[in-house]
Amino acid sequence: MMYCLIVDDSRTIRKVSREIVESLSFEVEEAENGEAGLSRCRARMPDVVLLDWNMPVMDGYSFLKELRRSPGGGMPKVVFCTTENDLDHITRALEAGADEYVMKPFDKAILAAKFQELGLLSESLSL
Amino acid sequence: MTELEFETLRVFLKARSGLALSPDKRYLVESRLASVCTRFKIESLSRLIWEIKSGRSQAVENATIEAMTTNETFFFRDKAPFDLFQDVLLPRFIKERAASRRLRIWCAAASTGQEPYSLAMLLKEASARMPGWQIDIVATDISNEVLEKARAGIYNQFEVQRGLPIRLLVKYFTQKGDQWQIASDIRSMVDFRYLNLIEDFGRLGPFDIVYCRNVLIYFDTQTKADVLRRIAQQMPPDGALVLGASETILGITDALTLDPSYRGLYGKSASVSGASRPALVGIR
Ligand SMILES: C[S@@+](CC[C@H](N)C(=O)[O-])C[C@H]1O[C@@H](n2cnc3c(N)ncnc32)[C@H](O)[C@@H]1O
Repeated sequence: MMYCLIVDDSRTIRKVSREIVESLSFEVEEAENGEAGLSRCRARMPDVVLLDWNMPVMDGYSFLKELRRSPGGGMPKVVFCTTENDLDHITRALEAGADEYVMKPFDKAILAAKFQELGLLSESLSL
Repeated sequence: MTELEFETLRVFLKARSGLALSPDKRYLVESRLASVCTRFKIESLSRLIWEIKSGRSQAVENATIEAMTTNETFFFRDKAPFDLFQDVLLPRFIKERAASRRLRIWCAAASTGQEPYSLAMLLKEASARMPGWQIDIVATDISNEVLEKARAGIYNQFEVQRGLPIRLLVKYFTQKGDQWQIASDIRSMVDFRYLNLIEDFGRLGPFDIVYCRNVLIYFDTQTKADVLRRIAQQMPPDGALVLGASETILGITDALTLDPSYRGLYGKSASVSGASRPALVGIR
């Protein structure tokens, strides 16, 4: 089973995201900021990280840069999932090593399509 | 809606658009046609059907057909047909058309444009391998409403996120408030035209690659067979047809043959290739 880490400071968003990702047959763990996310990754590298941008303690952008620098940290697919919906933020995220970018609000169709594009879902799944 | 009214509508839709209405679609008809009534200030569904029957208003008839079509689509829908385009069809035709450097592509039920634009972006990405090529993408649909949206190339945040890789969004779209518009050089690659598939389309000329996805499902077997046979006529002997994920030609036509290596890909049957020569030079 693929493993997805959700890093977001909003409990509500984590809950909604978890439901969607679990329905796509992923195992899910949660972290409430970048720092907590990094320690989760050190314990076990996820296949994919759903990452919020604005969070206290450590934001998503710093998390991503740290992750990509750490051993094995190049492996997980990182999907930003944020209300920052302008080209500027998107470009910065991609430059920092994000694989995909989801602008909130999102739904299952969007997330599933992104996961499929990243090769995280089987091809046979017709969306 | 009475039994007779439903039957009138069923016959009208079948004759004018190929759409096959099964009796269990009554609820759908009622909800979708309510908006047509409102738009044309027609007081009831019965009255609308009477208007259709009397043939008094082309606009009401067209709006009825448009309301009954399903326009759902998204960028890179199902992914596999676009991987197929990029990894198989494009390399194949770059080789096979090396002399003429000409490629003609047809999206036969393009809806709001995501399918032809997905192909156009892939072609743009491959343009370094195709210097000096003349590429036509013709995208057709029966609904003028969706064609208008397709030509504008403006999509909301939900639409640009469903299936479109973020790198392509960044590269080929500009943000306009909460809407996104596809770049004018991609837009200009696609020629959107009104076309009813149940009518003659010989004038469109020949096509090397045809995407006809998620429209035949709405037709009955006889209409499917007829459309597929005429599509085959527009294809050269080495032409390629891509159908939707849930669609098949099995038991419907022998004008086309399934390519055993790739799901959803069809070629022209050898036996009928010769018979359709005229389509190659645009004569029917
Ligand atoms: C579900 S969409 C498919 C869009 C796209 N090919 C895809 O697969 O995502 C079906 C489209 O077929 C169009 N359509 C229905 N009947 C048609 C006909 N007789 N001739 C041409 N287009 C038709 C509808 O207007 C609608 O836009």
